[in-house]
Amino acid sequence: MTIVAEGTPANEPAGANRWTRLTRPALGLVLPVTLAAAWEIIVRMGWSTGRLVPPPSVVFTTFVDLARTGDLQRDTLVTLGRVAAGFGFGVVAATIVGAAAGYSPLVRRLLDPTLQALRAIPSIAWVPLFVLWLGIFEASKITLIAVGVFFPVYLGLMGAIQSVDRKLVEVGRAFRLSDTEMVYRILLPAVLPAYIISLRSGLGLGWMFVVAAEFLGASEGLGYLLIDGQQLGKPAEIVAAIVAFAIIGKVTDWLIALAAAPFLRWEDVVRHD
Amino acid sequence: MLVLDRVGKVYPNGVHALSGVSAEVALGEIVAVIGGSGCGKSTLLRAVAGLDPASEGAVLLDGERISAPHEKIGIIFQEPRLLPWLKVADNVGFGLHDRPKDERAQRVAAALKRVGLADKAQVWPRELSGGQAQRASIARALVPRPEVLLLDEPFSALDAFTRGDLQDHLLDLWADAKPTLIVVTHDVEEAIVLADRVMVMRPRPGHIFEEIGVDLPRPRDRQSAAFDFVKRRLLSALDRSLNRAGAEPGEEQKAAAGAALWW
Ligand SMILES: Nc1ncnc2c1ncn2[C@@H]1O[C@H](COP(=O)(O)OP(=O)(O)O)[C@@H](O)[C@H]1O
Ligand SMILES: [Mg+2]
Repeated sequence: MTIVAEGTPANEPAGANRWTRLTRPALGLVLPVTLAAAWEIIVRMGWSTGRLVPPPSVVFTTFVDLARTGDLQRDTLVTLGRVAAGFGFGVVAATIVGAAAGYSPLVRRLLDPTLQALRAIPSIAWVPLFVLWLGIFEASKITLIAVGVFFPVYLGLMGAIQSVDRKLVEVGRAFRLSDTEMVYRILLPAVLPAYIISLRSGLGLGWMFVVAAEFLGASEGLGYLLIDGQQLGKPAEIVAAIVAFAIIGKVTDWLIALAAAPFLRWEDVVRHD
Repeated sequence: MLVLDRVGKVYPNGVHALSGVSAEVALGEIVAVIGGSGCGKSTLLRAVAGLDPASEGAVLLDGERISAPHEKIGIIFQEPRLLPWLKVADNVGFGLHDRPKDERAQRVAAALKRVGLADKAQVWPRELSGGQAQRASIARALVPRPEVLLLDEPFSALDAFTRGDLQDHLLDLWADAKPTLIVVTHDVEEAIVLADRVMVMRPRPGHIFEEIGVDLPRPRDRQSAAFDFVKRRLLSALDRSLNRAGAEPGEEQKAAAGAALWW
């Protein structure tokens, strides 16, 4: 008795795949590049002075000037350091609390209502209190960022643990996994995709909160560059700082995605029926 | 020898799912359990598996009481339940984690070959068809060489063609090491193709209503008159098991012809 071969999945030609992978992001660039080019032309033609909204060439020059003096690098590093510290503390706390609350109903009932209530507070509202408690220097800034990072990661991890497919947990039980084996052979891999997503949204909030933190009494950092540009009436500096935020925000997000990719390869597979 | 000694189950919510189920299953025997939805078939199988232990009576394997999953007992569910983050080969080797790497690789390769999935070893489960995935799941359960293999409606999610194919294949695999098989099924023909003995269950609370021996030579010919005879007997038993008036075996048997497939 033999098994009749079942339909083998029809693989898409690799060429077509590569083509769409290259063209799809490129398509998204069409609009911003066109707008930037149009604005550049409008200012060059003298139809607008471009004083309040500097054209791309001026922003670029400002960018290069800031880099030449070393200001840009220093401010970027300072901001990056704050986000890294806040993200680190926030993620560690959220991972511990989120894992405990996801795993143990008792911990969840104990902590979750309080955390949900705290989450309802707009996090910027904490700023005066943090400044009062921790001073206006690094501690209060990093705490604010950590608070911003905490909630998406906590919620994401707790939810992911709770929604692990119980049928797969049962497979683990049938194979007599110990509690620790269950954690790293079933729960961890099952939770990882949602956890990575929560880390990425946590990081996004981290970048949002670092700006808020740097608006209040910072003497360096990209957020300070924004304020400085405003006070000295240098819109090109503001736009340059915004561009810097966009670039490192995107790059750091991409780094997380890149680091996680090898563990999430199984998710990318297209289902063939 | 697997012994069920007056096994009963009351769920924490008060549902009395199983009562007084007693049976002896010899090593290497194939038993089918058949009955309508909600008559406690899964509950019984999960009690034997040790996943959801009985609340009354006992399940004994070679004299040892089963109250938690046991290394000699394997289970196959209705869905393949492959772990999506492991390649097919790693899924099949899931139960061999404590074995040396080369022994594991060797046994997995042999099992994959045996179920016709040798070329799918390094593929993700999502890339398999339903039948292929269930074959991988059978291989995963068989690789640790269980003494008892429990199957809960293992083929009911598959199309008729694939189902027949996998029934034959299961018997092929069974012949390798001849473990005890307990197969829960909805399908009368499946029960007769596979089993030495069919237990018909009845609900509220679940109990064994009737047992029918299947004394047909293997491999079994679904078209033969003898097969048809057993099928009529089984259908008639099922019909009586549905009769709420409570006719227990031995009472007048109604004609089985045309018995509706009520599930
Ligand atoms: N985990 C559970 N908790 C409470 N009741 C259950 C549970 N599982 C099954 N039941 C009930 O027990 C009875 C038998 O169910 P089950 O063993 O799944 O039947 P079958 O597999 O024959 O369809 C049903 O009435 C069902 O509703
Ligand atoms: Mg069932």
